[in-house]
Amino acid sequence: MTLEILGISVLWVFLFGYILIGAIDFGAGFFNAYSLLTGRQRILTNIIQRYLSPVWEVTNVFLVFFFVGIIGFFPKTAFYYGTVLLVPVSIGIILIAIRGSYYAFETYGTRGHKGYSFMYGLAGILIPASLSIVLTISEGGFVTMVNDHPVLDYWLLFTSRLTWAVVVLSIAATLYISAVFLTWYANKARDVEATNLLRKYALIWSLPTMITAGGIIVELRNHNPEHYSNIQTFWPMFLISLLMFIGTVWLIWKRRKYGLAFLLLLGQFVFAFFGYGASHYPYLLYPYLTIYDSFTNPAMAISLIVVFILGLGLLIPSLYLLMRLFLFDKDYVRGKGKYHA
Amino acid sequence: MGNEEAVFFSRVLTETTLSFHIIYATIGVGVPLMIMIAQWVGIKKNDEHYILLARRWARGFVITVAVGVVTGTAIGLQLSLLWPNFMELAGNVIALPLFMETFAFFFEAIFLGIYLYTWDRFENQKKHFLLLIPVAIGASFSAVFITIVNSFMNAPRGFDIVNGELININPLLAMFNPAMPTKVAHVVVTSYMTAAFVLAAIAAFRLLKGSNHEYHKKALYLTMKVGLIFAVAAAVIGDFSGKYLAEYQPEKLAAAEWHFETEGNAPLILYGVLDDGEVKYAIKIPFALSILAHANPAAEVIGLDQFAEDEIPPLYIHYLFDLMVTIGIWMTVLSGVFWLGTKLRWKMVTKKWFRWLIVFGGPLSLLAIEAGWWMAEVGRQPWILRGIMRTEDGATTSGHVDTMLVLFALLYFVLGVGSVVVLRRMFRNNPVEREIEDREMEKGGDVL
Repeated sequence: MTLEILGISVLWVFLFGYILIGAIDFGAGFFNAYSLLTGRQRILTNIIQRYLSPVWEVTNVFLVFFFVGIIGFFPKTAFYYGTVLLVPVSIGIILIAIRGSYYAFETYGTRGHKGYSFMYGLAGILIPASLSIVLTISEGGFVTMVNDHPVLDYWLLFTSRLTWAVVVLSIAATLYISAVFLTWYANKARDVEATNLLRKYALIWSLPTMITAGGIIVELRNHNPEHYSNIQTFWPMFLISLLMFIGTVWLIWKRRKYGLAFLLLLGQFVFAFFGYGASHYPYLLYPYLTIYDSFTNPAMAISLIVVFILGLGLLIPSLYLLMRLFLFDKDYVRGKGKYHA
Repeated sequence: MGNEEAVFFSRVLTETTLSFHIIYATIGVGVPLMIMIAQWVGIKKNDEHYILLARRWARGFVITVAVGVVTGTAIGLQLSLLWPNFMELAGNVIALPLFMETFAFFFEAIFLGIYLYTWDRFENQKKHFLLLIPVAIGASFSAVFITIVNSFMNAPRGFDIVNGELININPLLAMFNPAMPTKVAHVVVTSYMTAAFVLAAIAAFRLLKGSNHEYHKKALYLTMKVGLIFAVAAAVIGDFSGKYLAEYQPEKLAAAEWHFETEGNAPLILYGVLDDGEVKYAIKIPFALSILAHANPAAEVIGLDQFAEDEIPPLYIHYLFDLMVTIGIWMTVLSGVFWLGTKLRWKMVTKKWFRWLIVFGGPLSLLAIEAGWWMAEVGRQPWILRGIMRTEDGATTSGHVDTMLVLFALLYFVLGVGSVVVLRRMFRNNPVEREIEDREMEKGGDVL
């Protein structure tokens, strides 16, 4: 394996981490706000707050890790993506800022403040939509070079069916992932009411997730035939992903083994996400930027990898401790004891 | 939008983001240390007041951390969005500390989450205290690594440029550049100092507003004492920074001191105004600049006459320098008098007017942080990478920067007001007297 592939694989793993725990986080914020509007707050809020409170800051780090890492390993991405993404990513940052701070205001400041919870619920659901634009742009066709500088065609971007398919997928998948996770978490907390409600949400959002995911592959056939044919070479990965999806929905439908259902969901997205990533190879921005011509110098690459391994040595035990204390601790999950500062 | 405008708005937006972020970042670096000290003192003295102090600081700290984290994410992304050419070049050389910073941040985030939710989970408070160590280390090391990136921009090292190509890159040499020791030390120490004075201001304010509880007096004494120690340290490191500048960035020192002619026996100019190239109403301290720059009253100090017109930073940084140094000295004296006065039981330090001075000390210290950063950053102009890349060559070519500036300014306004409102409500609705009572009822007085 070359250093380039190692670098992009590591970053892809962290992006996946962000998408997964981000989705749980964003979706939970949305369900929390929705339950406020429909008067079901009593059922959901406790479960959601108990999971989210200790981990909200960690979610953000995954994102920071990804974008710092990609500049480190592939400095040319700063030039291309930095120039074209000013508007969409700025909107993303503003949404992240509103969501993060309003979450803290609501949770630690004035608990149950409707305005704050509504704002973070709404901002959260728009974050995946605003950031997923990057995936659309990476397919090529929206960026042209003018005087050696990349320029983004906003009109083309906003009128493209591919853009909207990706946006809808990101929202639907966020709600679906979040609902499946929370169903499992609520069930662990032995909260029957919350489990039933979240189970319903999981089933509702499973369908649009699958339909848009399929739609994107169809759209790609017109938009980027090279990528489309690459996707076909990886068909077994997408097939496994589909089977795992069916497994998750079936288990949730039958109210059985929510833990296994969540694991299958994890598998579904691992296969789809890495299948997509592998088929995108070797382009970072089609057709201008590949992982080879943007890779950093060897001295920096080696030092980044050394730091990365040392850093993981610190992180993995810490994350394990965090999960043991809050995700797998029976008393905490069931809300026994007052631990809050 | 022309490129010149894009450069201008990029600079304004970066300055806005950073100026807002450093308020929360400084608190974010300093407060964990203060919480750690309070909790340690509480355990050692078996005094529940200090434990409660740690607990209440921690609660307020979460709100500032949240705003610090989101604005930190903003500046992290803005570096690439607004300065793509710079980041492409810098990414090749300085990505290592940037990457390490995210690890420090990660580490802090994990343990802060655990710390906040395990207050009553361990029988032994010492176990809970142990969780604070990684939080404080993570917070301080974030500052260390990110300041290393900044010091690289002031003193780029660790690579050669041959025919426009970067070669012989040495990431470690880039990290341990000449600006790094003084910059990092100054940033970390002044963060501790500022956080201590901000917390002292809160305690003094509560004492002024009617509460005469032991708790606030203990808080005031602890924070002022810690503040004094770090204020003295900041002054010493400030002196080293002057010597660094004289050696490696003489144009910044000369602009900050309005030192126009290269000469020996150089006087230090305090205050004053600049009128058509003439310095008026200034206080001149003979030989002081030579001493500051080279520890020798006769030493020659390089003046602005040695630099091309378009490589000189704006001269208004002198006012920023004065502001920072004046506040620094003022706070050292104030905390020194308070500490001595408390030891010797002077009446003066418990008087209302003295406590008001402490209250104003909090915002003043934050102002000094801002002034210091503005001076350091503007003093580097016209370079984004001193001697290598000019600021206008690093900026984005994208239009829309002006619109983004408006959006972000609005955002910071909302976040600033929001955090103040939430913090005020949090502590006003739950004064310490009530919390102590509640806890005694709940646990029969047994907090530890």
